[in-house]
Amino acid sequence: MSSGEVQTAEYLQRRWLNIRKLLERSGPFCHPDFEPSAEILDFTMNSCKILIVGAGGLGCELLKDLALMGFKKIHIIDMDTIELSNLNRQFLFRKNDIGLSKAKCAVEFVNKRVPGCEATAHHCAIQDMDDGFYRQFHIVVCGLDSIVARRWLNGMLASLLQYNDDGSLDQSSVIPLVDGGTEGFKGNARVILPGMSACIECTLDLYPPQITFPLCTIANTPRLPEHCIEYVKVLQWSKENPWGNTIPLDGDDPHHVAWVLEKAQERAMKHGISGVTYRLTQGVLKNIIPAVASTNAVIAAACATEVFKLASSCCVNMNNYMVLNIADGVYTYTFSAERRADCVACSNSTKVMALESDATLQTIYTKLCEDQLFMMKSPGITTIINGRNKTLYMSSIKSIEERTRDNLKKKITDLGLYNGAEILVADVTTPNTITIKLNVIENLDVDMPS
Amino acid sequence: MASPSPKSPEQSEKNKQYDRQLRLWGDHGQIALEKGHICLINATALGTEILKSIVLPGVGAITIVDDCTVSEEDIGSNFFLETSSKGLNRGSETLRLILELNPAVQGHAVQEPTGQILQENPDFFKSFTVVIATALGEKTIKELSQHLWDINVTFVLGRSVGFLGSFRIQIKEHAIIESHPDNEQPDLRLDVPFPALSQYLDSIDIETLDLKDHGHIPWIVIIYKAVMKWQKIQNDNRWPMSRKEKNEVRDLIREFIRKDENGIPINEENFEEALRAVTTALCPTFLPVKIQDLIYCSAATNLTKESSPFWIMCSALRGFIEAEGKGKLPLRGVLPDMTASTEHYVKLQNIYRAQAAFEAEAVYRKVQEIINQLHCDCISEADVKLFCRHAHNLHLVRGSSIASEYQSGPVASYIARHLEEPDVMMVHYILLRASEMFRSEHSRAPGDWEPEGDIAILKACVSKLLTDVSCPPFPKDDHVHEMCRYGGAEIHSVSAFLGGCIAQEAIKIITKQYKPVNNLFVYDGASTNTATFTF
Repeated sequence: MSSGEVQTAEYLQRRWLNIRKLLERSGPFCHPDFEPSAEILDFTMNSCKILIVGAGGLGCELLKDLALMGFKKIHIIDMDTIELSNLNRQFLFRKNDIGLSKAKCAVEFVNKRVPGCEATAHHCAIQDMDDGFYRQFHIVVCGLDSIVARRWLNGMLASLLQYNDDGSLDQSSVIPLVDGGTEGFKGNARVILPGMSACIECTLDLYPPQITFPLCTIANTPRLPEHCIEYVKVLQWSKENPWGNTIPLDGDDPHHVAWVLEKAQERAMKHGISGVTYRLTQGVLKNIIPAVASTNAVIAAACATEVFKLASSCCVNMNNYMVLNIADGVYTYTFSAERRADCVACSNSTKVMALESDATLQTIYTKLCEDQLFMMKSPGITTIINGRNKTLYMSSIKSIEERTRDNLKKKITDLGLYNGAEILVADVTTPNTITIKLNVIENLDVDMPS
Repeated sequence: MASPSPKSPEQSEKNKQYDRQLRLWGDHGQIALEKGHICLINATALGTEILKSIVLPGVGAITIVDDCTVSEEDIGSNFFLETSSKGLNRGSETLRLILELNPAVQGHAVQEPTGQILQENPDFFKSFTVVIATALGEKTIKELSQHLWDINVTFVLGRSVGFLGSFRIQIKEHAIIESHPDNEQPDLRLDVPFPALSQYLDSIDIETLDLKDHGHIPWIVIIYKAVMKWQKIQNDNRWPMSRKEKNEVRDLIREFIRKDENGIPINEENFEEALRAVTTALCPTFLPVKIQDLIYCSAATNLTKESSPFWIMCSALRGFIEAEGKGKLPLRGVLPDMTASTEHYVKLQNIYRAQAAFEAEAVYRKVQEIINQLHCDCISEADVKLFCRHAHNLHLVRGSSIASEYQSGPVASYIARHLEEPDVMMVHYILLRASEMFRSEHSRAPGDWEPEGDIAILKACVSKLLTDVSCPPFPKDDHVHEMCRYGGAEIHSVSAFLGGCIAQEAIKIITKQYKPVNNLFVYDGASTNTATFTF
């Protein structure tokens, strides 16, 4: 810069006048701690680090929204590359960008469009980053389509919590999580203060159960076109291996989809079922969730507003969960989701599993998968016996699964587990191993004294 | 390696690009969208956020009317402007950058003020499907809304100030055939079975089926048989209606469940489903009042050559209901999924489908008769079938003009009622209106330069509006103060929220699918509160 040229500090620029009115003036509905000043925008611009998780439908919107709400130090992480079917809503991408990293492309566009924006891209999985990476952010905002990834991230932020000697939460260790999700014309946005308000794990029951078709229906009594497609996907493909033994079914390969379509149509025809189309086949194979630009725009905007409130304290945050439906008019409902005192992720308490003394390892495994508290996908269970780590069951690695499979049938007492013993559980839904204390109750089928 | 499936029904490029939305409004919805032409007046942040979510899904064309030049504040809040846009025409610059999103969309920019177009070339607006305006002055709002009401073009007015925003849809009449309700009651006709259904139901004897078949008969059959048995026991042909009677039917269903050698009931999924389905399945077939009102309203009974296909089909529907339908709507013909053998399910499904096709054909014949009498444009059989399939959920919106909000009358008393409640969201609406009045009187936003001095002036505007609706003044100045604090600021995330909503409303209107807001929506981003009012 040439000497003598007077440069206005960026946060005082006329460009930001709209936001500055909110930040430099007080109002009757402000947060009680809010003190209006020009320095707030200086902070949000130059100090406040935000992480956007996901650079898809919500992520693109969030990046744009936050850049125009005065944030500059924005990081965005996504492992995906751009596909043609993204372009109906992921507005930072063009046809020429197909195949490129979503995170990189989005960052490049927004940094160019919004002068001063210093967004940084991470083209990798969220699991590739360690706690040191996540700890650097003031606020994390999440626009993912995967529940497992969301739970992992939630677990990561919860694991960063620190507690004082008296057991109280060290509030400076709290990184707020603003989470958005959409499905067709429906969506939700929520604000989570890990350790202080309901987190993702506290409210797993809010996610609708996944629709699955029983295998016997698919195999023996198909009724719907979906059943015919599932049959080809689950049974016929692995039997016929049309592209050879090593090639798994790929819902993105049009030849694969065409093969499944043809076979599914044959099966449908045989049973007098109609409605097997290319679109349906692809939808079933890839578990496609409908998506439009508008819903993503609304939910991302609601999240961005909450990030702005968190960073500036200009307003109290939503408390704490908003649902949206724009299929019939525009409907929103905001309620306060409640914490679980025994939450696996965000409570500082010992996790306990109650078991009867004749329970098997399978009982534990099933509880980990089906109990509302855990809802795990493929938990690996270990314990410590005589100071040594012992793997009881692990399904994720084939050789270990085969070696430990028989344990499932064994009684827990035969595996060296006892009342008060601790098991260590690892799963894709959490970045940390969870310690669970077993509470073995004597069988209750003996006559109770009346 | 030779590909096992040489023929690949590869989808078109367009189908792939729009795949995720085609699953919501179908190919026919997309075709309608691509015929739509949206006019946006004023390319504010709100205006462009609306356009973004209409251009991405592929509307046919957009026209931006804007005579403003780009300011630095515009660049700070509107993503579709660049630093180099400063001083240039706002509409043209926005258009250039927004069209990058979708090369299939046609775009035009008009640099004249809206007021001047209304004066000199009012026919300009006739070619649009929907006109959307933001940041419009009070005078232009009244004139434009009246004009668009007169020429019957849908108008959406958006507002975004500080954390507050609203949109108002002005539409004279909007008929929706595919309203996509979330929970649709199945149309099974168990209380009034048509001959093919009766024949099928009577052909099955639950008692004599072997165990495998017993576990595979659809719950429709089970419930029907239980009701027949119930009627026999009662010695009465009444349909079970009360809670007690429905429980008696449930008990009979439980009796049907086979027992094992120890007398313990066998777990049969279809019977479990039957027990759960009793409440919905026993709901008697009836003609919804809403549909009755529709087919007997004057638009359906007094057809002219200008009547829309919707009203012609409503008239034909009435003819069907009064004759062949014996007071009932044509059968929907959709069988919900249920545990059953393939054979039973497909057979039952075909019975429902065939009857639905038969009844839709009868309606189609009536449509043709009407068309021959009126000498109007023909309606395809596919359209009539679609109409019949959705006949239970037809939806009609009859709106009011925005100009009527500025007159005394029913709208004024409606507003007053909500202010008395008191409904804070209606207070927000009054503040947005007052702020517009302030602007028209002072040529700037309240609190534009400093908030305190404008509080009294804005309060006077509020008082005037409250007097117009015969309401006492607000007890406190807090909302007036807050509006002055905003100083007319347009906050990007607030506009983005409203922009997404308004875009979808426009798409609903163009595709005639899903129900739009009827007709005022208010949003407060500070409290994360929304409300819908019907003026």
